[in-house]
Amino acid sequence: MSQKLKQFSKNQIFWPLMVLLAILLANGVISGGQFFEMRIVDGHLYGRLIDILRNGSKLMVLAIGITMALATGGTDISVGSVMAISGAVACSIVDGRLLSGVSGSVTVAIVLALLAGLACGLWNGVLIAKAKIQPIVATMILMVAGRGIAQLITEGKIVTINSDAYYFINGGYILGLPFPLFIVAFAFVVVMLFTRKTASGLFIEAIGVNSVSSRFTGIKVDRIKLMIYAFSGLMAAVAGLIESAGIKGADCNNAGLLIELDAILSVAIGGTSLFGGRFSIPASVVGALIIQSISTSVLAIGVAPEVTLVVKSLIVIVICLVQSKKFKEMLAGKFSRRAVKEA
Amino acid sequence: MDTQEKLLEMEHITKIFPGVRALHDVHFSLGRGEIHALLGENGAGKSTLIKVLTGVFERDEGEIFLEGRAISPQSPQAAQNMGISTVYQEVNLCPNLSVAENVYIGREPGSAGRIDWKTINRKAAELLGRFDLHIDVTQNLDRYSVAVQQMVAIARAVDISAKVLILDEPTSSLTAVEVRKLFEIMRMLKAQGMGIIFVTHFLDQVYEVSDTITVLRGGEYIGSSPAADLPKMQLVAKMIGKEYEDLEGRPAAAAAAGHGAKDLFLRLEGAASARISDVNIDIQKGEVLGFSGLLGSGRSEIARLIFGVDPIVEGDIEIGGRHAAVREPIAAMRAGIGFCPENRKSEGIVGDLSVRENIMLALQAKQGMMKAMSRRQSEKLADTYIKALSIKTPSRDQSTNNLSGGNQQKVILARWLATNPDLLILDEPTRGIDIGTKAEIQKLVIKLAQDGMSLVFISSEVDEMVRCCGRMVILREKKLVGELAGDEISEDMIVKSMAGGAQFEPKTETV
Ligand SMILES: Nc1ncnc2c1ncn2[C@@H]1O[C@H](COP(=O)(O)OP(=O)(O)OP(=O)(O)O)[C@@H](O)[C@H]1O
Ligand SMILES: [Mg+2]
Repeated sequence: MSQKLKQFSKNQIFWPLMVLLAILLANGVISGGQFFEMRIVDGHLYGRLIDILRNGSKLMVLAIGITMALATGGTDISVGSVMAISGAVACSIVDGRLLSGVSGSVTVAIVLALLAGLACGLWNGVLIAKAKIQPIVATMILMVAGRGIAQLITEGKIVTINSDAYYFINGGYILGLPFPLFIVAFAFVVVMLFTRKTASGLFIEAIGVNSVSSRFTGIKVDRIKLMIYAFSGLMAAVAGLIESAGIKGADCNNAGLLIELDAILSVAIGGTSLFGGRFSIPASVVGALIIQSISTSVLAIGVAPEVTLVVKSLIVIVICLVQSKKFKEMLAGKFSRRAVKEA
Repeated sequence: MDTQEKLLEMEHITKIFPGVRALHDVHFSLGRGEIHALLGENGAGKSTLIKVLTGVFERDEGEIFLEGRAISPQSPQAAQNMGISTVYQEVNLCPNLSVAENVYIGREPGSAGRIDWKTINRKAAELLGRFDLHIDVTQNLDRYSVAVQQMVAIARAVDISAKVLILDEPTSSLTAVEVRKLFEIMRMLKAQGMGIIFVTHFLDQVYEVSDTITVLRGGEYIGSSPAADLPKMQLVAKMIGKEYEDLEGRPAAAAAAGHGAKDLFLRLEGAASARISDVNIDIQKGEVLGFSGLLGSGRSEIARLIFGVDPIVEGDIEIGGRHAAVREPIAAMRAGIGFCPENRKSEGIVGDLSVRENIMLALQAKQGMMKAMSRRQSEKLADTYIKALSIKTPSRDQSTNNLSGGNQQKVILARWLATNPDLLILDEPTRGIDIGTKAEIQKLVIKLAQDGMSLVFISSEVDEMVRCCGRMVILREKKLVGELAGDEISEDMIVKSMAGGAQFEPKTETV
């Protein structure tokens, strides 16, 4: 048993999980237990924890999508803009201003929004894998241009929609649990199967560590990169659907604004190095939950909005320190040297 | 011994890594004007001792004295400032900076804040000129071969007026000409009173320049003695801990291997890549074909062309009589080719991955991404090769970064053997590998050929070429200039034809 525990403590997900538990516990203590309370109303589960899960679902989806890009040593900072595009496409169709022929079909709206995200991701992938543009620059193009494209789609307006079917994406419940959680679970399972049951996980890590050597061993580096960025675009589109269903419309200027930073941070907090190499999707999901619970709890404690960002960044600094290998070694060194002296 | 006399003393050095005791109670001392060879098998602890000395690793126990004063450098920079200058085993330069920048990085001459590029470039060119290396110093370093990079690293270290110079396998990819030049410079520095620590697996080189020999085995200090008092056979016995049968000369098996075989596997017809043009070569089934030539003569360029690393732009590659489109490594692999590249750090190992993952990588890529090997299969594969090539590692899950240089080389070799190709191209496959294992690998090469595999063998060690190759093409300045087969292959003949009969003249290497 203790052997297993020791093994687990070396797992990438161990520290992020501890941090998450600590944050949740702290919340519980500060709120005097209220934080953990759950109510069932009309067969639906309500409570702070559920809020964190539901509100964090966008971020979890994004983190799942972006982890592999980061694992190859790249990045994708266009996800926020892609969310805006996806929301714009979907809402404009539901609203009827786009493709009025389908008379606001929610299914068509969702499919086309996802395809738009996939296309954005492929575009990024081509720039990075074929044109060999640095990932941060390549995805910056769409980050900047994406909101403009979204504006074009909505003709520069904020589109509000009225469709219960569409609202369901964010607000619906199945088996008492919020629907977005099922989306997260689905994406998670698909990616886990893909990276664990095929050799793609190994190849992605190899590319992240040394892409030249990887090519020399016959790994199709370019094709894998293309696939990874396409997937990241697709996940951004999913997040865009959840967001627009939540605000019941498309706001191109604010949808997913700066969320790419939170997404990258989630992965980093999960312990995947931004230089590439070893990665863990579950750890990234936990990272996203950490960020979400910090945001939620800072608000709940009643910290003034001006201060929330500072508090959030302080907590992030602490987490990054805990994650840092150097820092751990330093601590370990201090302890072991003390131990040697005492001996 | 009188400590006052000594330049450098290391006493009772112990270094323990998780799962490995790399050094245990090791002693080492170096005098002024002494060239001291530090010898031992792969994984004996040579590089670790050097890294402990220069502050890369913190020692667990022991003391270090420089000119009688206790020192504990915390970083290579600190060691440098104390007068200990080092060329590490894995060339540690910046590939995408210019040669001149690499020579002067961190200590640009020029008045405060301003960098005087003209002076830097001129001085760098001068410095490399001392090594007969006449290259364009404004070019990026990665445009040059490993050997040139190695020379640049040496030049960079030598330039500093140091008390102690450490060279960890500096000659592993140099040809005889550069080695001679390096030795001249070492003797000159020695005459100036510098103490030099020299790590190598070439025993002839040890006897050529060293005054003293220290042997390590499995992290233990075995002993030190003047080079003159320790004959080669005794030395080897100390290194490997048992008697060693010498492998001089050319085994009959090699001469026989594939010589006269006329069953064509691969043909290059007027093939050209961005780096070399008009290559015409036939490779027969079951032969070991050598590529001989000096630095930059085009040996690796042909290998890269065949393997699709540098895609073919002209001419044709035929495999089994049919045109083969190998414009990418994976395509070459599917056509039955394997390629163990010369530059193990940048083109070979995937450092942060485990030994198991590194060994399985090429085979997995060949099988395709969707057909993942099971954990058990890959473990079995790794264990097989760890045993077959005696790779020294605490476990198959050890990060490959943590292996000694020679053992990393074995991992790459294992990776390609695992794919069981029809044609295996080995570019400096025994680079940094100790003599015992080297002999094993040479035997393996001959055996593979006898079993029907074609091999291309590239090595800067002429005696190794003689031992393994059944046939050999000679390259000079990116041109095929001759061929030797069967009994014509001898060290004399190779050296003569490589240099074109004439005296070797320093020439500019261009890419
Ligand atoms: N950073 C590290 N972490 C863990 N183990 C290490 C590390 N560096 C070296 N070792 C281990 O220490 C031992 C000695 O390694 P070292 O690199 O000193 O060998 P070496 O004598 O230089 O061999 P070679 O001739 O192959 O270069 C090896 O068994 C190696 O696996
Ligand atoms: Mg070494």
